[in-house]
Amino acid sequence: MLQGSNLVCIRGDRRLFRDINFSLEAGGLMQVGGPNGSGKTSLLRMLCGLSAPAHGDIRWCGETIRSLGEVYYRALTYLGHLSGTKDDLTAIENLRISSALAGTEIDEKKARDALRHIGLKGRELLPVKVLSQGQKKRVALARLLVCDTPLWILDEPLAALDIHAIKLIKELLEKHLIQGGMVVMTTHQEIDIAAAATHKLQLT
Amino acid sequence: MFWWIIKRDILLAMRRRSDVLTTLFFFVIVVSLFPLSVGPEINMLRTMAPGVVWVAALLASMLSLGRMFSGDYQDGTLEQMLLSPHSLSLLVLGKAFAHWLVSGVPLVLMAPVLGIQYDLSVDALLVLTASLLLGTPVLSLIGAIGAALTLGLRGGGVLVSLLVLPLYIPVLIFGSGAVEASAAGLGYDAHFSLLGAFFLVSLVFAPWAVASSLRISME
Repeated sequence: MLQGSNLVCIRGDRRLFRDINFSLEAGGLMQVGGPNGSGKTSLLRMLCGLSAPAHGDIRWCGETIRSLGEVYYRALTYLGHLSGTKDDLTAIENLRISSALAGTEIDEKKARDALRHIGLKGRELLPVKVLSQGQKKRVALARLLVCDTPLWILDEPLAALDIHAIKLIKELLEKHLIQGGMVVMTTHQEIDIAAAATHKLQLT
Repeated sequence: MFWWIIKRDILLAMRRRSDVLTTLFFFVIVVSLFPLSVGPEINMLRTMAPGVVWVAALLASMLSLGRMFSGDYQDGTLEQMLLSPHSLSLLVLGKAFAHWLVSGVPLVLMAPVLGIQYDLSVDALLVLTASLLLGTPVLSLIGAIGAALTLGLRGGGVLVSLLVLPLYIPVLIFGSGAVEASAAGLGYDAHFSLLGAFFLVSLVFAPWAVASSLRISME
């Protein structure tokens, strides 16, 4: 279970947010909202362990994520603003490499199936640089289809996607939540995702 | 995982061959300029050959340092590496090894050909190649520390040379020293032992130092 208590984020001499408390159980969804520059991405990076909170601590199953280190990373999939895809590699190569990096090696067939499912049929062997913004995003999101981690932290997963893709991602997230997964996400779009428990965290 | 990273970096280098060739051509041109500008005085060329080849190799391998992590940093792959359940030190070692394969090995292979311009004897050529073979991995490993520390900074390229060049000096001294000793008919075992020691020390400590610097750079 992911818990945050009294989280404070300071950037330079500006305090972005303070006293953030939450607790996320299996099957729970947390939607982080707030205007631009309110610290949504900073909070998500904190939850991943990429940066440390100025105060407060983040616990995964009762242990701080700093002390867990690689055990925590094994349970986590993070998709940030930056797609983490290489322009010179094909969609399949990108997916296979990013999955291997995340600890689940997949074969070419599995990667191809995942890309087809996410709507990139016929584009699997194109270098990512020739794909459109939305298609690049789909390549990054395809990782969610092949990973088996319980906690997903997604920064603006719906940006640049068309209606069909948004519906696809919504179904994917709901399936993950039904199976007992957890999702933390930021989005500016209104989206209804069915979950056992939904928290809305509003940053100001 | 180690092999995945190496495979990926080599694949990327093959898709962008110009980067690899720039390093190699820089090396070839710098080394070839000296005989042209100094003149065909054979004794002088022989004495300066080891130093010239080594300095050129050092500068050439530094040329590509900036690219070691900056691409991964810009497209977000580095974030994913930090969040990988695999050991970051191992991933970094893979990247340094790939950097050496792409920018170090071509220099090692080219060096004996270029050495002919300086009228080096066969023995000296062999020693030169062997010293580069042992020394260039050290350059990649130490260079990785500089590249990781200057990640995301403006003017990082200049800073990386200031950080890394002083650390390259021992490798330069013993690398070119080995060739000079062999050309003078002296033993060069001591030089090689020291180069080997540098290699082992950097193999053990550099990945760890790079991993820590990357974590700091990404905060």
